[in-house]
Amino acid sequence: MNTEIMTVNMGPQHPSTHGVLRLVIELDGETIVKIDPDIGFLHRGVEKLSEYRTYHQTLPLTDRLDYLAPISNNLGYILAVEKLLGIEVPERAETVRIIMTEMARLQSHLVWIACHALDIGAMTVFLYAFRERETVMETYELISGARMTSNYFRAGGLSADVPEGFVKKVRDYVEVLPGYLDMYEGLLTNNPIWLKRTVGNGIISAEDATDIGITGPALRGSGVDFDLRRDIPYAGYEKYDFEIPVGTNCDTFDRYKLRIKEMHESCKIINQALDRLEPGPVLADDPQVCYPPKDSVYGTIEGLIHHFKIASEGYPVPEGEAYVGIEAPKGELGYYIVSDGGTRPYRMRIRPPSFVNLQALEAMSKGGMLADLVAVIGTLDIVLGEIDR
Amino acid sequence: MSEIHRAVPGLQEKFSTAILDVTQDRGDWIVTVAKDAIIPVLAFLKSECAFDMLTDVTAVDWLGVKADRFMMVYQLTSVKNKDRIRVKAPVSESECKIESATQVFGSANWLEREVYDLFGIDFAKHPDLRRILMPADWVGHPLRKDYPVQGPDREPYRGRVS
Amino acid sequence: MGVNQPLGSGVTVTSLDMLVNWVRKSSIWPMTFGLACCAIEMMATGASSHDLDRFGIIFRASPRQADCIIIAGTVTKKMVPVIKTVYEQMPEPKWVVAMGACACSGGIFDTYSVVQGVDEFLPVDVYIPGCPPRPEALLYGLMKLQDKIMGEANSFGAVFGLGDRVSTI
Repeated sequence: MNTEIMTVNMGPQHPSTHGVLRLVIELDGETIVKIDPDIGFLHRGVEKLSEYRTYHQTLPLTDRLDYLAPISNNLGYILAVEKLLGIEVPERAETVRIIMTEMARLQSHLVWIACHALDIGAMTVFLYAFRERETVMETYELISGARMTSNYFRAGGLSADVPEGFVKKVRDYVEVLPGYLDMYEGLLTNNPIWLKRTVGNGIISAEDATDIGITGPALRGSGVDFDLRRDIPYAGYEKYDFEIPVGTNCDTFDRYKLRIKEMHESCKIINQALDRLEPGPVLADDPQVCYPPKDSVYGTIEGLIHHFKIASEGYPVPEGEAYVGIEAPKGELGYYIVSDGGTRPYRMRIRPPSFVNLQALEAMSKGGMLADLVAVIGTLDIVLGEIDR
Repeated sequence: MSEIHRAVPGLQEKFSTAILDVTQDRGDWIVTVAKDAIIPVLAFLKSECAFDMLTDVTAVDWLGVKADRFMMVYQLTSVKNKDRIRVKAPVSESECKIESATQVFGSANWLEREVYDLFGIDFAKHPDLRRILMPADWVGHPLRKDYPVQGPDREPYRGRVS
Repeated sequence: MGVNQPLGSGVTVTSLDMLVNWVRKSSIWPMTFGLACCAIEMMATGASSHDLDRFGIIFRASPRQADCIIIAGTVTKKMVPVIKTVYEQMPEPKWVVAMGACACSGGIFDTYSVVQGVDEFLPVDVYIPGCPPRPEALLYGLMKLQDKIMGEANSFGAVFGLGDRVSTI
């Protein structure tokens, strides 16, 4: 019987591709022979645009990269700028940064479980997870005014101190969330349909994963015990006590269990951080870089001039280059900033975890069926805003 | 950091002619090599110094500032020893090509396609070198310093750019 | 719809146009066209806390079954032929909602690859500003679209080919 390879387009507008991703798939019947991802449908030119904005003005651009966990992009960028500037952040600011970054991890993993389950067919989990997510969005709105793109960190600390009610809200949330996560596990983990679709699907070995450059939960699912928060610590993570779950079978089911466990560990970190929260300043005392307090800006002429100078010109950053990689919810998010001594970055390079992880799509789904491809895209947890920048 | 990075003595011993510079900037170790030696250097770092992951490949355009226009930057991470090193290689505009690191690391595939797309640097022996982020029929390489940020078909912005 | 009810409580008096408009505005079925960050706020509006289903809005994946397209997110030049193809596949009547600053006017991305506003190639009915707009803002925008649909003249005639729909807002 003569068979023919069929080329199908899984176009940019598709309910399961998690954004504007186009896949050109060559099929032999139902079996995948070759996949060629076509990306760039959301390429906004953030790296080029940052060369024409001051360091302060580039910060909102970074919010829009991984739009599922916006504050963690802010953290990576601010850490790189602070590394170039060489300034220390006060204790309270560091603790609040860790709380907000772990909340961002919870938010991203909740969207992951919602969309992954929705693609495979479990629609209930989508509605439940988005309900849990609302509390995180309300917390962002409480501290910064914006539900998603909060733009809360500044070079040297935070833009403002956390308001009343923040500690109680976060603590209440972190207390009830593990119960909800157990409910999702009850819906999915022993479900025969879920098991049939995820066990043995999307297998990639540890050597292949390291060679392709995969990082984050996708790498840990293949058995490689590497997490930047513990291994190359940043932003004060060395002071916290948490476990890193590692998978054994390199398949989609392991990655699912791993991410659920990561959410439990994030709740643990947030509880420890809330216990450590002490009153104190939230912005470093560096007049070249940090804005003066608001009552001095509105009350004294020196404060006003100081604020005006930093806001209109931007702060100069000493010459050099710095690379900071953080453990974003999707993997290693790296910022490589080259400075020529001026107030604008000379070159800002964003190393997106999803861009490098997506290279593994072909390796993970070759030889499988078209329906399994949807599960693999969900388990790689890609976000196109970050891939295309 | 006062102690020398563990990979530097081995590199200096084996590639003494190819290494142009070894510096440290804000705690990161940076080794600059001639572009002809980039593949042996990366292979040496992978096999002897346990740098098993190529985290990032990118380029910086130093138009008008340095003699060689582009600087290729390779960021390597060691999963086993949990540290990093940065390798740089200058590429001039007249001979705008370098050998592809896909011979050593698989993650260089898309990363080099992006550098080709946005900077125009050619990678010899790359399995599939074509544009990745811009449409296939795009003319020009956007991240070069002489490419206008709003695109060549619009009036340049005349206001203050901070 | 016939508050005086001159013919008794079981009978309603209205105009055919109003009837058609009322049916159309109460069941706007948008196509899932989330491109970037605004898509997440659109999903959040459609999910638990701010429910869109109570307005009759169900998201359809196929353009053939949709009557509204909510462009949520940044439109790049690479994406323009795709949006045009999808828009042309939608049957009449159809409306376009530009959600977010990027769809309205390019947003903060004034670069070489971003189209400065989706109205450069599509006729937009409602613009919803914000970056991203809150779910309440999206709901307000969709209610404004409902008002616009309600105010259309000759909608019944246009069904039979007797002239075009005319927007009176």
